[in-house]
Amino acid sequence: MSMQQRAMFELIRRHRVAAALVFLVFFPLLMPYQALAVNILVFGLFAVGFNLLFGYTGLLSFGHAAFLGVGSYGTGIAMVHAGLPWWLALLVGVVAAALIGVAMGFLAIRTRGIYFSMVTLALAQIVYYAFYKAERWTAGENGLRGIQVPAIEVGPWKLDFLNPVTKYYVILVFVAAALWFVSRVLASPFGAVIEAVRENEKRAAACGYDVARTKLLVFVLSATICGLAGGLRALHLSVVPIDSLHYLLSGQAVMMCLLGGMGTFFGPFVGAGLFLTLEDVVTTFTTHWMAVVGVVFMAFVLFFPAGVWGSILKRTERMVRG
Amino acid sequence: MEITPSLIALQLVTGIALGAVYALLAIGLSLIFGMLTVVNFAHGAFFMVGAFVGLYFLGLTGNFWFSLLLTPLVVGAIGLLAERFLVRRLYGRGIDDPLLLTFGLSWVLIEAMRVLFGIEGLPSSTPAALRGAVDLGFGFFPKYRLFLIAATAVVVILLWLFLEKTRYGLIVRAGARDGEIVKVLGVDVARVWWVVFGIGTAIAGLSGVLAAPTRAVNPEMGIPVLAESFVVTVVGGMGSLPGAVVAGLLVGVVFSLTSLFAPDLAELSIFVLMAVVLLVRPQGFFGKAGHFG
Repeated sequence: MSMQQRAMFELIRRHRVAAALVFLVFFPLLMPYQALAVNILVFGLFAVGFNLLFGYTGLLSFGHAAFLGVGSYGTGIAMVHAGLPWWLALLVGVVAAALIGVAMGFLAIRTRGIYFSMVTLALAQIVYYAFYKAERWTAGENGLRGIQVPAIEVGPWKLDFLNPVTKYYVILVFVAAALWFVSRVLASPFGAVIEAVRENEKRAAACGYDVARTKLLVFVLSATICGLAGGLRALHLSVVPIDSLHYLLSGQAVMMCLLGGMGTFFGPFVGAGLFLTLEDVVTTFTTHWMAVVGVVFMAFVLFFPAGVWGSILKRTERMVRG
Repeated sequence: MEITPSLIALQLVTGIALGAVYALLAIGLSLIFGMLTVVNFAHGAFFMVGAFVGLYFLGLTGNFWFSLLLTPLVVGAIGLLAERFLVRRLYGRGIDDPLLLTFGLSWVLIEAMRVLFGIEGLPSSTPAALRGAVDLGFGFFPKYRLFLIAATAVVVILLWLFLEKTRYGLIVRAGARDGEIVKVLGVDVARVWWVVFGIGTAIAGLSGVLAAPTRAVNPEMGIPVLAESFVVTVVGGMGSLPGAVVAGLLVGVVFSLTSLFAPDLAELSIFVLMAVVLLVRPQGFFGKAGHFG
């Protein structure tokens, strides 16, 4: 590897948010149609939020659909029932997801290891049933309809939100802010504590860090990011299907994160892209896409647990070190 | 509708019948976890496969008892294959890896049933010999639900005899305590793990056949069941067989009494029960992981 390549690699690593954004800005040009690009963007953010907990803190949650779903419903209900403007509704969704995160996190962090996965799954079912039954607000099985954002006014400009390309870039602004925030958290001393907890909980506690509080804080941060993804998804789809809270969606976050590379900054986007593109391609010739994705996922768990992006990073790093 | 003592008593028995299925599910889950420290995320899917395979055999032979006998063998065989070719490769890696793998497996199993039996699911009905109701003194109760309770009791007793009174059961219990020592003593632990995984999935399949007449049989039926059996395991204590039985029955009773007094909250009630247990006793009713105490 030449000096220039090495310097390039260092540059990208140091400016990971900027590098990710450069890619995401040009990303829609690479996709066959824009709706898929918007989907990947939103689910990429969902997986980023999930990765904060799973990849960086080592806590495997199987209940993250609760945060995506509550973010979506919070935003949707605020717009449909309270008539709030979209940006305020988005804030409502994010705050609602964070609050659910506090409640779920408070219970879930009392358990460790495998229990944690089981408990988060079970707690997410509470949220699912609660929203399913609250038909007056959520329209239950039919999904919440009528979330309309026709145009967005930014100063003198009027952006047409119905145009998928415009929609992509509007959503990208929020995703960029979230990525910057996540990167800041990870680079902070708190970010180091998070990884210390993942590597060895007892050692972190012995060093004087409050492990339970750290876990709860990451849990809530993760929930907040996923809530933002959910709110953006509601604006994107203009409906909130009840499936937004479903266990299968929690599982998708797990799959995307692992396919891309857990504990890597950009991996979740790669995973979301891989998962959704695979789904998109497979559904064109069979309705049984879950079987294909399931097999691919099992193969990754068995043979490439580092994921696509994780493996690429490992290789490059080895080359850089020489 | 007026709520009378006899109605409550009936609902209590209904709850025990429902809880019997929960107990069976949690036993299978706990057996595998206690031995292999693997949380089988495909447990709900094996349950679902059991329901489908059971109905298939029932349609083929018209004999419920035959399908009751054969289905656990078929589902157990799928479990054996899954352990041999997939789960086994992950021993010694992180504790999350087998969990992730079985999660992927559950997607494949769900889709496999969709391919084989269609996405609509199959109609199911109570076997002819077990139709009708029995007078319990405080009211009439469906025969089939009493049969569920009896069948669970038989399985629990057989399993207890196997674990406590046989040589192989002794090895299984010792392996759950300390697999390393058992290995040093010259026992092929990998083989024991394989058998235990097979038994655990066979029990999941059996609970699927048993539950089929009481609920809608479709490829997604295992998903809520997985969450519910986790609730039972958390309440009872992971890896504990008595815990699985007690918590299974309790969860069944809580569900069925809540559906009497506040039908809208029935699904929620068992999760609230779990939340309370987590607050008061995070390790569940019965002790620690790794023991069949």
